[in-house]
Amino acid sequence: MMPVTEDELADVIRDADGPLEVRGGGTRGIACKGAIVSTAGLTGITLYEPGALTLVVKAGTPLAEVEAALAAEGQRLAFEPTDMRRLLGTGGEPTIGGVVATNASGPRRIQVGACRDHLLGVRFVDGTGNIVKNGGRVMKNVTGYDLVKLLAGSYGTLGVMTEVSLKVLPLPQAMASVAITGLDDMQAVAAMSAALGSPYDVTGAAFVNGRVVVRLEGFGESVTYRAEKLMRELATFGAASVTDFDWQALRDCAVFGNRSGDVWRVSIRPSRMPDTVAALRAGGEVDVIADWGGGLLWVLCRAERDLRADITTGHATRVRGTGGAFPRFHPEPAPVATLSTGLRRRFDPRRILNPGVMG
Amino acid sequence: MQMPDPSARVIALKERLAERLRQVLAADAVISDVSETRAYECDGLSAYRCPPLLAVLPASTQEVSDVLRICHEMGVPVVPRGSGTSLAGGAMPTADSVILGVSRLNAVMETNYADRIIRVQTGRTNLSVTGAVEGAGFFYAPDPSSQLACAIAGNIAMNSGGAHCLKYGVTTNNLLGVTMVMMDGTVVEIGGAHLDAPGLDLLGLICGSEGQLGVVTEATLRILRKPEGARPVLIGFNGNAIAGACVSDIIKAGVLPVAIEFMDRPCIEACEAFAHAGYPDCEAVLIIEVEGSDTEIDHQLALIGEIAARHDPVEVREAQDADQAARIWLGRKSAFGAMGQINDYMCLDGTIPVTELPNVLDRIRQMSAEYGLDVANVFHAGDGNMHPLILYNANTPGDLERCEAFGAAILKLCVEVGGCLTGEHGVGIEKRDLMHVQFNAADLEAQMAVKDVFDPGWLLNPAKVFPLDASEAHRAA
Repeated sequence: MMPVTEDELADVIRDADGPLEVRGGGTRGIACKGAIVSTAGLTGITLYEPGALTLVVKAGTPLAEVEAALAAEGQRLAFEPTDMRRLLGTGGEPTIGGVVATNASGPRRIQVGACRDHLLGVRFVDGTGNIVKNGGRVMKNVTGYDLVKLLAGSYGTLGVMTEVSLKVLPLPQAMASVAITGLDDMQAVAAMSAALGSPYDVTGAAFVNGRVVVRLEGFGESVTYRAEKLMRELATFGAASVTDFDWQALRDCAVFGNRSGDVWRVSIRPSRMPDTVAALRAGGEVDVIADWGGGLLWVLCRAERDLRADITTGHATRVRGTGGAFPRFHPEPAPVATLSTGLRRRFDPRRILNPGVMG
Repeated sequence: MQMPDPSARVIALKERLAERLRQVLAADAVISDVSETRAYECDGLSAYRCPPLLAVLPASTQEVSDVLRICHEMGVPVVPRGSGTSLAGGAMPTADSVILGVSRLNAVMETNYADRIIRVQTGRTNLSVTGAVEGAGFFYAPDPSSQLACAIAGNIAMNSGGAHCLKYGVTTNNLLGVTMVMMDGTVVEIGGAHLDAPGLDLLGLICGSEGQLGVVTEATLRILRKPEGARPVLIGFNGNAIAGACVSDIIKAGVLPVAIEFMDRPCIEACEAFAHAGYPDCEAVLIIEVEGSDTEIDHQLALIGEIAARHDPVEVREAQDADQAARIWLGRKSAFGAMGQINDYMCLDGTIPVTELPNVLDRIRQMSAEYGLDVANVFHAGDGNMHPLILYNANTPGDLERCEAFGAAILKLCVEVGGCLTGEHGVGIEKRDLMHVQFNAADLEAQMAVKDVFDPGWLLNPAKVFPLDASEAHRAA
């Protein structure tokens, strides 16, 4: 089914007599047993005001179209939405609705926040066919409860988004990556923490193959100035140099794309990175890439291994792989699960929207 | 302001309730004497007052849990209170409610510069959070103008903003985790020092829920390293529309100042008379602050200067030293005090799309003439968060009502042009009945469904946020 208006979508959901799989571009590996409801008929930029840093766009609009429109005005989605196609081997075109529904946020999250932090408003159809709006298109808005953030990252389980408003930001004039090689986990976290705790406005901090890479963005002279300052400040960890680094590949975890095994995202506080990685290694062979200054681990491991058995802090989500008797998302403690279940029951009483995708 | 009739059943429970609360709290933490409960009769929206049935001051998460469990068992409404600085009546009690003040919960639980977080009990004031980390060169970014007094608990309840949101975001963008006590006494941990939510983003839902979903007792907050330096520039213009266009051009040019503050002529004049900051005699003033090293600041201010020059400025005054910077901010920071000297005032908080600024300011000026009340505008222009100050005289019969009607008309205008009723103060009781202007029945039902899940008995701060006619069925259920 491919409704072309919000009202049509509401009818589809109201009249559904069984589970529905909500589909944007179908690139993020979220599937369930149900009739497919596509947002591909709900497309187009409703409003774009570069001078107000705001964009209102229909949920099924291809991400590429959104990014092209913003680039033409020297702006961008600053939270760096991930593109999962290389990692998951999926086809299709990512949509803006899919980005929001999965709160897909890249390396810049540590500085500007996640997708949810840039989401100003949503329109959605809940599981009973009610059309609901929340938030708006202005930067500061505390009018009523913030269902905007609740919908971000809800994987289509509370409602099907039809339109989203986003805060956009200027594209920087220049970018530089500063790297230090030959570090172990402990030294790497210390170096990234030093960079992120500096006044130099770091917009990315990753640890890949023994190499810490830190990103700076802004006006040309400013980037040069900060890169030099930062290299001096990080000298205690080793010789730092300006380097080339593929931030997009890091964002998408593309390097695990052509390797077999399951892939997980583990979210922890950065200082727990070394002991968490050690625990994961003790439990079997893993390959780890660290982003967010050590706060996000992309982990490649053998299929059907339950990584949660080995971590003692934070939480883990499996993003690739289906075997094994454990859920995709980290089980919540009982009182929290009660709240999540209660919300799902209220927004989707028949439990027909992406059933089983989240819990 | 209409509130539901206080429950005679609950009022009759006062002695029994006080006795049970004294069993779980320190003797001085249960306030039942009528002369003492009066201290809690209002918050910053002082036009409305009502002493609570009781006030309690728990000193731990366990004590908060005990209080809520007891009130839940006895069916007694609870109004959580931070420091009571809400301008929206968020902490205003009812005669049949217990005020739960978190002021005794003020410890720092953990500071971790490597992870760039601080964990505090929520009775701690906003400014003292920065105070706890500034020795190491860090700060907590959200800076509401009440930051000396306001508590983190209230900041979370209202999702408070401040002058520097354009770059650093508001409370919800700087909150990583909470310990929250549910109305039935259950303690839940949401989020933590990590970034991702494991499931639904409950943290985002809790922030800004105006004390209606639970009582947050501890919070993990993001702290940031202070920039190398900051410098403001003051630019005077011949008209509001010109100043508004300049703001838009600066943003379009890719400069992202940490603050862009806007003052109109009535506000400039009042501030001059009060603080003698030496502001130019003109229609509108922008104060723009940028951050970074000296070179970076020079570069950004040069760009801003070039853009401003295209808008025929009356004056461009760049601070040459700390003293001049302070003078530039002096007028802006004394704006509310200056207004208070002239008259009583009501401070509104609607947000509009930045592009609508000139239009909205014109309309407000017309309405000011129609209602016969003066209004001064001072606000965060970068994010469109307006703060019209309507002047009235509380001692003149009918003035408050006229002021409220004028205020409502301005807020309706904000919604009409694509904005919202409140950008950072919250709905409380002040804007409760205007919620119908921004939301239809389905929009409000979706929000109230959340409260049904978190607080099925509607005992936490029940008569706020949602228009009484809309919430009646939920409250009675």
